[in-house]
Amino acid sequence: MEVHYLKEEELSRVYTVKYKPNAKYAYTAGQAYSRFLLGLKEKKIIGRKCNKCNRVYVPPRMYCDDCFRPTDEWVEVKDEGIVETAVASFISWTRERIEKPEIVGVIRLFPSTDRDWVFPGLFHRICVEYEDVKDMVVLGKKVRALWKEDRVGSINDIECFRVVE
Amino acid sequence: MKTNLFYRRVAVIGAGLTLFKRRIVETPREMSWVAARKALDEAGLELKDIDCVVIGSAPDAFDGVHMKGEYLAHGSGGVRKMVSRVFVGGATGVMVPISAWYHVASGLCQSVLAVAEEKMSPARPHPQSVFRYIWDPITEKPLNPNLIWIFAMEMHRYMYVNKVKKEDIALVSVKNKRNAINNPYAQAPANITVDDVLKSEVLVWPVNLLDVSPVSDGAAAMVITSEDIARRYTDTPVWIEGVGWTLDNTEWTGRELAYPRYLEHAARMAYKMAGIERPNKELDVIEPYDPFDYKELHHIEGLMVAKRGEAVKMLKEGVFDMDGDIPSSPSGGLLGVGNPIAAAGLMKAISIYWQLKGTAGKMQVKKPVHTGLAQAWGDLMQASTVVVMRN
Repeated sequence: MEVHYLKEEELSRVYTVKYKPNAKYAYTAGQAYSRFLLGLKEKKIIGRKCNKCNRVYVPPRMYCDDCFRPTDEWVEVKDEGIVETAVASFISWTRERIEKPEIVGVIRLFPSTDRDWVFPGLFHRICVEYEDVKDMVVLGKKVRALWKEDRVGSINDIECFRVVE
Repeated sequence: MKTNLFYRRVAVIGAGLTLFKRRIVETPREMSWVAARKALDEAGLELKDIDCVVIGSAPDAFDGVHMKGEYLAHGSGGVRKMVSRVFVGGATGVMVPISAWYHVASGLCQSVLAVAEEKMSPARPHPQSVFRYIWDPITEKPLNPNLIWIFAMEMHRYMYVNKVKKEDIALVSVKNKRNAINNPYAQAPANITVDDVLKSEVLVWPVNLLDVSPVSDGAAAMVITSEDIARRYTDTPVWIEGVGWTLDNTEWTGRELAYPRYLEHAARMAYKMAGIERPNKELDVIEPYDPFDYKELHHIEGLMVAKRGEAVKMLKEGVFDMDGDIPSSPSGGLLGVGNPIAAAGLMKAISIYWQLKGTAGKMQVKKPVHTGLAQAWGDLMQASTVVVMRN
């Protein structure tokens, strides 16, 4: 027996099962993320610090991965940081083509230095043009969060990160 | 790493693959059966000779069937046997022979059938949408991420830190698709140029369509046995001499993405077991995981075959070509053969097994080979699995 693949004419006769599964989830944010989300409502980015290894977790964690002990204190980090990386997406999450690219990336938040291997970091939208991503000029730039007027305690309370220098 | 290094010797004596294709007619179970039957035939064993079965498959969501281990069990010869399913995302494919290895190395089993299967194409409208559920539901999913985003972010960081150009990275895609021409199981073999890659559709800058492996269906299987059984059935066993695996945390936004530290840890473990001190001198042929073209370079550095940031230089010098010093992805890799996730990882291990056995046919590399390595990687820049084999 040898396997073969569906030919184009066979695909036109393909039988598709469509249904909406009745599978809804009510995620818990937990202790750390709850405080983080409340902080976003007040334009604050809140993390947790481990006093043993000095690592600051943003988004926060109630425990330190490496020391395997509770993190010690809440800290507020700046809503400013450096663009570690940025990309321009021409496809949606279902892989449909989108005309105006969506620009996202990772921001290393202050206080941190470019020598840090682990740092407080956020994944978010960055409001720059496609050319800035393509030419790599946005990488390494300093950015600041652009907060929404109406904040509900969600990661989307930040509109995006804007270049400040 | 502190491990007990007293264990039995473990050999590979048979392997089988299905075609890698999009929209294969066969069901996941039928594909598993095809690969498993071929592996048993190559080993000269029957199912009654097999003690336990290890099944590897990535998220259930692709095939559209939950409990995929149980679902695949009878196609994989697992009925009324010790069966386990291993799953570490994209790293699953190489976790399958590793898991089979410790079944045998511990003395628990004499012979194991290791099967990996993935059917990516049933998901509608596109398997991309299934990946949404691997993200953090509170801090990441509300941004509607696409899987390619994270890898594009990692690729751009790698390019930025190491000052690597996109056209140089595209050489990996050119090389692997060309190697795949020699592979009878391959889905996307092609003679392409760097220009073709750069001019293909931009998906998520800096990733173009030809920087990415295709959506595929496929299955792979291996027969892994103790030394006694191996000696009875073959004169040319291939030994599994080192294994290593690591899982990093999911905090990919809080760590340097330019270098895969998860892989360095896994590689060090495998090298220590295999007694390898200088991987760049001692490895004859490698199959690093290449779902994206930059990923092969990234992984070659994580495997310490190249120094940080220098994989591109070696690539341009031809070190990783079929006739180079360290041929890399002679099978054609995921870029050329296709990417049914778990099956693709096991395909890489099978490729090394065939190279060391000398039965790789047109895929056989030019130089004599004695030590080979296969590697896979998965999740949110997180998991890595490494296996070192010798003949």
